[in-house]
Amino acid sequence: MVTKESPRILVFSTEKISDPGIDQAGLRKIHYSPTVYVISVPCSSGIKPRWVLHALQSGFDGVFIAADGHECSYSPRCPELTNDIIAECQRLMKEKEINPKRIRMAAICSVCAEPFANHMNNFTKILTELA
Amino acid sequence: MEESKKKQRIGVYICHCGGNISDHVDVKGLRDVMAGEENVIISKNVMFACADSNQKEMIRDIQDNHLDGIVVASCSPKLHLHTFRGVAERAGLNPYNYVQVNVREQCSWAHSDHPDEASLKAAGLIKAGIRRVASSEALYNIEIKAHRSVVILGAGVAGMRASIDLAKMGNQVILVEKEAVTGGNLSRKGALFPTGQKGTELVETLTRQVKNEPAITLFTNATIEKITGSIGNFQVEVAIHEKAGETLTFATGAILVTTGYEPYQPVEGELGYGKSTRVIPIDAFDQLLESKSGELQFEGKTVRRIAFVYCVGMRQTNGNNKYCSRTCCTAAIHSSLVVHEKFKGVKAFHLYRDIRTYGKNEVLYERSSKAGDIYLLYQEKEPPVIEPRGDQLLIRVKDQLTRKRELELETDLVVLVTGMVSRSDSTTVADRLKIPIGNDRFFNEIHPKLRPVETVINGIFLGGSCQGPKNITESVQSSLAAAAKINAIISKETLFLEPIVARIDPKACTWCGKCKEVCEYEAIFQVETNGKLVASVNEPVCKGCGICGPVCPYDAIDLAQFSNAEIEGMIDGFSDVVTLVQKTGTEEVTATKKTVKMMDFPSEWRSIMQSLQENPMTIPEIATSTGLEPALVTWHLMTMNKYFIVEPAGMDDSEEYYRYQLKIN
Ligand SMILES: Cc1cc2nc3c(=O)[nH]c(=O)nc-3n(C[C@H](O)[C@H](O)[C@H](O)COP(=O)(O)OP(=O)(O)OC[C@H]3O[C@@H](n4cnc5c(N)ncnc54)[C@H](O)[C@@H]3O)c2cc1C
Ligand code: SF4
Ligand code: SF4
Ligand code: SF4
Repeated sequence: MVTKESPRILVFSTEKISDPGIDQAGLRKIHYSPTVYVISVPCSSGIKPRWVLHALQSGFDGVFIAADGHECSYSPRCPELTNDIIAECQRLMKEKEINPKRIRMAAICSVCAEPFANHMNNFTKILTELA
Repeated sequence: MEESKKKQRIGVYICHCGGNISDHVDVKGLRDVMAGEENVIISKNVMFACADSNQKEMIRDIQDNHLDGIVVASCSPKLHLHTFRGVAERAGLNPYNYVQVNVREQCSWAHSDHPDEASLKAAGLIKAGIRRVASSEALYNIEIKAHRSVVILGAGVAGMRASIDLAKMGNQVILVEKEAVTGGNLSRKGALFPTGQKGTELVETLTRQVKNEPAITLFTNATIEKITGSIGNFQVEVAIHEKAGETLTFATGAILVTTGYEPYQPVEGELGYGKSTRVIPIDAFDQLLESKSGELQFEGKTVRRIAFVYCVGMRQTNGNNKYCSRTCCTAAIHSSLVVHEKFKGVKAFHLYRDIRTYGKNEVLYERSSKAGDIYLLYQEKEPPVIEPRGDQLLIRVKDQLTRKRELELETDLVVLVTGMVSRSDSTTVADRLKIPIGNDRFFNEIHPKLRPVETVINGIFLGGSCQGPKNITESVQSSLAAAAKINAIISKETLFLEPIVARIDPKACTWCGKCKEVCEYEAIFQVETNGKLVASVNEPVCKGCGICGPVCPYDAIDLAQFSNAEIEGMIDGFSDVVTLVQKTGTEEVTATKKTVKMMDFPSEWRSIMQSLQENPMTIPEIATSTGLEPALVTWHLMTMNKYFIVEPAGMDDSEEYYRYQLKIN
């Protein structure tokens, strides 16, 4: 159920791999909460923790990172580097007394339409319970 | 990256997409809200933003109103990013001062179940786009000079053939071969399908041409050690193994990888291999055929019965080699035909899993069957059991076609039809070149259908069987395709690269080296500015991944188009509260539908309508007539059908496809 009070989720998604998956969810009319907003970036390992903090401090209830996992064409170390970024975000979040559950990550590939919608529904549920 | 001046004259275009957006999102309400945003000079609705008529109108708007930034809220940037960059450019605006906002795939379609909320979300998305464009910078393509030379790795048939063509097109070629001799796998092969020409002869002819071509420098016993630089200007270090320790460095515009494959090496005990010297791989068998005449003898004994066992090491359900080597069926059948041609009275059995003599080589299969060859079908989970019996071999096989009866065969030779595996050093080569490699350890192209010879590294190309199993024709086709692409690039004196690169603020940097450590492309180096050591980016080498950004302890790095101001501006835009007078646009669309003029349609619609002028057509026919991809035609037709522009007109004669006809004119 979507309400006006549905949790607001910011998704960072990768341009070449996750974004087409999210687009496909739309194309196939697989619905998820309309309070999900997406910013595309070249690589999930390029997301700065300050952006995540900025989002969580300006009205977003959660941040979701749609990564390429081992499919990343930029760096074989991408999963490891993205994990480091999330760890750093959670450290900063603790400092600001933000629940570390408000950041999540999953690999979303170019055909992951359903998995993406499922992740959004799940995260919406988790964030609703946190509220 | 100096804080650039905020854009002050922004144009916003919100697209109906013929209803795809406006059916669910209140585009008119949004237009009015955006008109009130700071620095927005123009806010408009358009029926189809991508239509020529609208593109022209945008150009006029930009020029007449001196717009310094534009936002188009329509479909996914995957579809029209370049269309609108082109519009900006034609209007004299920097293409990077345009922002595409996806209100279709990620809004109207995704949330068609909640139109009110979809409209609110669209408002956030467009406001984010406006803030992003306000902070956007004009960017200019990076200009580099290209060297007219190519380094080719591997002097097999693919590498040699490409060398010759590239040299003839006026390029310098450095051909680097690991072995002492050229020719690769063909240098060990006798009569080849489909012509019967010998591998050794083909190699000799090509090698002669290579040696006679002054623009080609061939190094044998040589490998590449290190590669730096980028398209147009790579530095390739070649180790010459004959002179221990000697390396030479070449500056080159592009690199072509044609390192080929290795024949699969059966393991001890696999299908009797190693248990008897009479179980041999197909390459050894072909050499045997070459060396004998009159009578086929092996180890002093006349060979009367041969069994070929197919798919050795290939199509493994549980192993790494899941693929089919696609050439070995034809090669084995061809060898069998050579046996019958050269020697009388030899009986051949073929123990196969599937016969893949695709294309024109199917006739070889027919000829072999007519020559009396016997084909027995085995399954992967029940492979033939092969054991020595005296100076013969006993084979037990369950033939799937004769009610799975176990058959016993005695033969003088067993030929293992081994397929292709990747080179044992392919991971090292992939690491040096930074090109991706599959689970099967063959090299990966960007896109198997649409960009089959390019790698993700600009300027590094693939040809021949290093990409996966190919026969000679296919190997040469791909290496020549790569050669043509390479020539098209390096024959231009100047190359332009996308300007999405990292920029480092020397004031903030303290040279801690963290960014250099994470950059996979060695794009970051140390420089001295004003007596201070700082990091700097080699722009043509930078891939624009942005990975260096988050690791900098001083936040000294910004990726162009993804600066803090742009991203945080977007986040603020999403969160900016709006009130829209809620209404969904259905009646509105019906109202506008009648006034739609042909010029307002996307160009794809117009060409589809053009092709339907005379007769109804099926999707494949429309695809051929318009040159559009069938999938795109399908997609557009569905929308055109929805808006009563076309309608189905029964099945075609084959009863396979629907025909479509025009409903409006
Ligand atoms: C059993 C069998 C039978 C076949 N019979 C036929 C046939 O009858 N007709 C047909 O059309 N096709 C046949 N083929 C396919 C044919 O062998 C290939 O299409 C062809 O050899 C591919 O050529 P290539 O140049 O891509 O690779 P290769 O022949 O493998 O040549 C690659 C070259 O690169 C060199 N190299 C490798 N790594 C490096 C490195 N790191 N640095 C520098 N150099 C390197 C190698 O030494 C070699 O010289 C057969 C294949 C098999 C398995
Ligand atoms: S070409 Fe034939 S023998 Fe070779 S792997 Fe494929 S099916 Fe098996
Ligand atoms: S990480 Fe930052 S401070 Fe360290 S060298 Fe790179 S730019 Fe300079
Ligand atoms: S953006 Fe990527 S390629 Fe460019 S310098 Fe940074 S890490 Fe290296």
